[in-house]
Amino acid sequence: MANALINVPDRARRGEIIEIKTLISHPMETGYRRSQLGARIPRDIVRLFVCTYNGTEVFRAELHPAIAANPFFVFSTVATESGTLAFQWTGDNGFSATETATITVD
Amino acid sequence: MNGETSRREFLAGAAAGLGLGAIITVRPAHATPQEMQEAIRKIVGSAPVTKGRVKLELPPLSENGNTVPLTVSVESAMTPAEHVRAIHVFTELNPQPEVVTFRLGPRAGRARVSTRIRLANTQTVTAIGELSDGSFWSATAAVVVTLAACLEDA
Repeated sequence: MANALINVPDRARRGEIIEIKTLISHPMETGYRRSQLGARIPRDIVRLFVCTYNGTEVFRAELHPAIAANPFFVFSTVATESGTLAFQWTGDNGFSATETATITVD
Repeated sequence: MNGETSRREFLAGAAAGLGLGAIITVRPAHATPQEMQEAIRKIVGSAPVTKGRVKLELPPLSENGNTVPLTVSVESAMTPAEHVRAIHVFTELNPQPEVVTFRLGPRAGRARVSTRIRLANTQTVTAIGELSDGSFWSATAAVVVTLAACLEDA
């Protein structure tokens, strides 16, 4: 349901710092807006984003309503070994999405 | 004066009226710089926050407050002994002072993160870097916002 875009290099040299870009489609409804009838639109945001590298957490972001719709992050990690990078988003109303990317380190 | 109010008296009276108005205004719908300081205190505790080592990149003028690119970096060797533990971002005038908290470690390689944020008003954004030795460093950036977030539809 949720559409995520991940940009991870396919290959990297051992010890190289790689840049990771992630984007997920989500409205990030702040909870401060009102509808045309004046009713408050309830908050619906992604609260947490975690990136793990072969099971070890390397990056985490705790989000608040001030993050723009479709949360976008650019961060880096050291290419230590070949394996999988897993990305997980969790949020309000039981929102959860997972993506993975594989990387070959030589 | 011929019994009429001079321009000077009128202006003085108007200024007094404005001052009174400011006193009786109700609590604003957005956070205040004091609330931002409180939110920062909640993170740093009693530790001192020093200016420097953190670089906060934001456009000086943003046409759309709904999506403002933000890049924050902290000078650090990013070794297991000395690294950046977290980067916190705060705003003065958004409904909530907290924007985002990034948690990193030596595995990050370098302490540089980008995202896109919302700004409800022309204001100053503060970034705080939390280092492994327990010290806190900060940087601020002022942004002029022409179209505010939260009010208009994206």
